[in-house]
Amino acid sequence: MLAQVEPIVTPEIAWTGLVPLIILGGGAVLILTVWSLAGRYLPSWSSSAVAAAIALGGTAGSIHLWLRVTDDDRGPFGVAANALGVDGFSVLLTMLISVATALCAVLAMAYLEREKLDRPEYPVLLLLSASGGVVMAMANDLIVLFVGLEILSISVYVLAAFHARREQSQEAGMKYFVLGAFSSAFFLYGIALTYGATGSTNLIDIREYLAAVVLVDDALLLAGFAFLLVGLGFKVSAVPFHAWTPDVYQGAPSPVVAFMASAVKVAGFAALLRVFVLTFDQYADDWQPIVYAIAVATLLLGAILATVQTDVKRMLAYSSISHAGFMLVGVEAASAQGTEAVVFYLIAYSFLVIGSFAVVGIVSGEGDSHTSVSDFAGLSRRRPWLAFLFTVLLLAQAGVPLTTGFFAKFLTITAAVDERSWALAIVAMISAVIAAFLYLRIMVSMWLADVDTERSAALPIPVTTGVVLVLTVAFTMVFGIWPEPIVDLARDAVPALIRG
Amino acid sequence: MIVTTSWYLILAALIFAIGAVGLLVRRNPLVMFMCVELMLNAVSLTFVAFARDLDDIGGQVSVFFVLVVAAAEVVVGLAIIVAVMRRRPGATADDLSVLRG
Repeated sequence: MLAQVEPIVTPEIAWTGLVPLIILGGGAVLILTVWSLAGRYLPSWSSSAVAAAIALGGTAGSIHLWLRVTDDDRGPFGVAANALGVDGFSVLLTMLISVATALCAVLAMAYLEREKLDRPEYPVLLLLSASGGVVMAMANDLIVLFVGLEILSISVYVLAAFHARREQSQEAGMKYFVLGAFSSAFFLYGIALTYGATGSTNLIDIREYLAAVVLVDDALLLAGFAFLLVGLGFKVSAVPFHAWTPDVYQGAPSPVVAFMASAVKVAGFAALLRVFVLTFDQYADDWQPIVYAIAVATLLLGAILATVQTDVKRMLAYSSISHAGFMLVGVEAASAQGTEAVVFYLIAYSFLVIGSFAVVGIVSGEGDSHTSVSDFAGLSRRRPWLAFLFTVLLLAQAGVPLTTGFFAKFLTITAAVDERSWALAIVAMISAVIAAFLYLRIMVSMWLADVDTERSAALPIPVTTGVVLVLTVAFTMVFGIWPEPIVDLARDAVPALIRG
Repeated sequence: MIVTTSWYLILAALIFAIGAVGLLVRRNPLVMFMCVELMLNAVSLTFVAFARDLDDIGGQVSVFFVLVVAAAEVVVGLAIIVAVMRRRPGATADDLSVLRG
């Protein structure tokens, strides 16, 4: 059956659309090369500093794309035979991932020096992982999405186990790897079933096919939905796929956790929104009830289990689960408003969580082991400003007005109410109240408990970590009082499935 | 007897289920790791079966991506397992229980 040989047609590639990816990926290769050849002549913190600069370069490289896609005359476009889509949604989340990566790279500078781990592998893996996240945010094809997911995840598996001398870090890496690989296999099976049902892995083709054809037997497609949802649910740590989150957050190095809770979550929700809300919108009636149930379970379980923890890193892990529940409320709305709310939430939460883990990284001390609530006791007397900044971040996570956290929760609940999901909105508010207890517990320990005399003396705050902390708190407060710029950005970040 | 596409799909589903159940019940990290590979290969079989059924090259191309990703995962996974085993020879998944709460 040897047919005539057809010449392989390679697609035109609009390289401008790939600039942020090239900066992040190329930057990682550059650091790896320079520091393997000349690393011993350079100060140990320099590789992380350069990584932060490269990540900021990725943000700067996205600005011209943002101007292009939000311009009415030009608008969004597809790259590489529509395997990647450059639209407001993907560009804004690319910028967010890059900024989060830059902040996490700065956090790593002091951490790696303190733990004597300062090797160039760390910033290299961080940048590679960020490039995977950007691929996920842009992916217009399920296979490309899978490749992005793996680039993102495989780097983070190593980062989670990066503190090779700590048993906890190794265990975190091992657990994250096994469960991550497990969920990737589910995600991939979902892709295969969707491909079987629709005949394509390209999201544009799938959407057009589903709009044009009424499937007589949609069992294959629905099974595909279920498996895709399991895979992405693991990545955003939604209940019942959350089991890895507390262990990995507790064991992994604090700057890595900051990255996992910000950039990795952003990429996961980018994929959820693009695949489910945008591509499978014809079948919203089929997947919405499942997301509804997952959102309720995630909101309640995250908030309730958080209150019984004694380790601050575990508490913040459960709180990140409950935040994921809020974002799922926005996904469940399956509307433009819901997408806007999730994008706003991702922006607000990324800064909050990076700041929070910066504080945890400082308090945990050498060896990264002092993370129980009692280690925070009397922080207000040891380091009043640190306690104050952490309090602002915790109040913002609880959703107190005049912080970005308030508007994030407000927008998701509004989106749910507008789609008449009253019960879900009420569950979300109840969960916020339960979670507030958890943040209060940490605050009470910081401000009211007695000083731990043994460690009361030494608690050095590195300048770099302090800068990140001040930046995140400033962002939270300024845009908590004046949220319009961020709301406008989120509104302009419209996802689109457009050819060419 | 004609072997249709659905036979391959059912076989793939069975292999996938064996891998998934194996990962959950086995305690040896290496065996767990092999179960992940089993799951990925089951998906590859599904892709090829659908590609044949739909007469579309896309599914076969996908398998190459899966193979490359699986190879990368093997490298990282084995490295983490070796790092854990160095500290605690003969460790099983049950021994990794420092983190709890």
